[in-house]
Amino acid sequence: MAELTSRGSGRVAVLKPQVFAWVQDYGVYAAVLALLLFNVLFTPHFLDASNFRTQLVQVTPIVIVSLGMALVIGTQGIDLSVGSVMALAAALTVLYLGYGWLPALIVAVIGGAVMGAAGGALVAYVGVQPIVATLALLVGVRGLANVLVPQLVEFRSPGLIALGSSSVAGIPVIVLIAAALTVIVLFVVRRTTFGRQVVAIGGNRSASELSGLPVKRVLLTVYVISGLLAALAGVLATARLQASDPTSLGLFIELSAITAVVVGGTPLTGGRIRVLSTVMGALLMQLLAATLIKHNLPQSWTQMVQAVIILAAVYATRKRGPDERHGGQ
Amino acid sequence: MSDTAVSETFRREQVSRLLQQHGAVMVLGLLVIVGSLAFDSFATPANAASVVVSSSFLAIIAIGMTFVIISGGIDLSVGSLFVLGGVLAAYGSQYGALVALLLPLAVCGVVGLLQGLVIARTGMAPFIVTLAGLLGVRGLMLAISDEGATTYLVEDRAFAALGQGEIAGLSYPVYITIALALVAMVLLQRTGFGQNVYAIGGNEQAAALMGVPVARTKVQVYVMSGLLAGLAGALNAARLSSGVTILGIGLELDAIAAVVIGGTLLTGGAGGITGSVAGVLLLGVIQSLINQVGSLTSAFQQVVSGVFLALVVVAQRLLSKAQRLT
Repeated sequence: MAELTSRGSGRVAVLKPQVFAWVQDYGVYAAVLALLLFNVLFTPHFLDASNFRTQLVQVTPIVIVSLGMALVIGTQGIDLSVGSVMALAAALTVLYLGYGWLPALIVAVIGGAVMGAAGGALVAYVGVQPIVATLALLVGVRGLANVLVPQLVEFRSPGLIALGSSSVAGIPVIVLIAAALTVIVLFVVRRTTFGRQVVAIGGNRSASELSGLPVKRVLLTVYVISGLLAALAGVLATARLQASDPTSLGLFIELSAITAVVVGGTPLTGGRIRVLSTVMGALLMQLLAATLIKHNLPQSWTQMVQAVIILAAVYATRKRGPDERHGGQ
Repeated sequence: MSDTAVSETFRREQVSRLLQQHGAVMVLGLLVIVGSLAFDSFATPANAASVVVSSSFLAIIAIGMTFVIISGGIDLSVGSLFVLGGVLAAYGSQYGALVALLLPLAVCGVVGLLQGLVIARTGMAPFIVTLAGLLGVRGLMLAISDEGATTYLVEDRAFAALGQGEIAGLSYPVYITIALALVAMVLLQRTGFGQNVYAIGGNEQAAALMGVPVARTKVQVYVMSGLLAGLAGALNAARLSSGVTILGIGLELDAIAAVVIGGTLLTGGAGGITGSVAGVLLLGVIQSLINQVGSLTSAFQQVVSGVFLALVVVAQRLLSKAQRLT
């Protein structure tokens, strides 16, 4: 239908939807490439391996959290609780470190999954709006983390410290873990029934219900996965910091994660999940901040530029109306 | 259906609607009574005044947020606007009280206007537009305060008095809040503008078909929210005698929580100012009660607020289900 109308109104109009579709699908890759190119040309020491390593390590928690966020947003939901879940994971890790770092990690991840299940149950079974359900968790879980561990605690667990700071073939372990998680989530979204169900529910919930999909169970699972990933990000961040800091760990990371997902071209209206683009979205924001800092522009600029990029990205996504989606996919 | 059954379902519907609209006020009353019985130092004039005064700034923001949420939107930028308003007021106070008051209102109003225009004209989700607003305004605030390092002091006596002066033990911001709440109530319940806000929140397409000026109403709502957040920030700066750059970050979530606790539905089309003000006071009273217990930290207050918010939304959900069944 889009083709018919645009044919009537001349050549420019034929190109326009295509350009928009292209920008939406590959804009984030193009932006990352452009920024990389700019930095290679104009930023001294940009190509140093240590610089790349620093940037990647810094962006790792956001990447992991935004993978879960992409799934949640794919179901037309949102998860504001991720930052607080990271803090809870940090608190649980240090509390159970006495049993060894692996049991502590497992307890922390289970804690995150439980919090995800709480949010998911409110959304799926009670029918509370995702934004309020996870807002309640944002407030409550951060408090819980602070009750458990009131102040910053440093630790000396060699295993956990190694997890945070060791490298394999020059690549930090936590970056490898993030990459592995990306591949797993990509596989789940593209190749599994569960992935199909998530996208279907986000696209049209009542149709999914009518066609017999286990809507409530899938929704619950999505929030559990988001909590699980957030907790893992919290443990990894704690391992890198070599200290548990429930007061400030993961503060406002929900905004960064939502930004990464949205800039990656996943629409907030659900029904579409773009995993690799989400990772690219996180990288773009990180690279942007690093570029501005390297060129001595203050933090205030970074935030204003981020605001513009978010708006531009969503404006591009908006162009894909329901009729175009039929033509495009 | 027999007459008794009809009146029974009718009664149940009435009760659940009443609970939804005035539940926050009832719980607030209950908590105050329990608090006064349990703690000697709770029901003192000094404690009451401190709760009311510290709640007034959030209440001003929550009033604007109520309009936005009833219209079916959300405004995440108010926390940043609150901080920006404070910094601008303190900066402007070197040119006199009038500038100190008008500068934050003008800037925050313009930010609200821009957000409203983008939301109304492009159809982009309010959540995202105001998220960008949150970041952009925070950047602006950092830019004019040397990355948050400069804290402007309020130079003008008259302006400082606006935040610090007292009548009968309560500072001016409390009276300003009450006046604003009354105006907002009239605006929402008794004017065409208020009807339009409810109409587009209830069903935007139907409202548009009925001839409601959807775009204009949306813009007005976001301008109002921006203005009120800026005003709250300015008053707070006057109270503290300085434009603090760190307080108020994350305030948008408190405001949303208060509005939701007050019985305004996030889906739009229903809610009111009284509930939102009660929601703000409720959060304040919870904090005060936890301070009374003494052995509990402020972290515990967050746990209670979170659990409380969850309980409220579950109750609301059940109540609105009960209404729809009848």
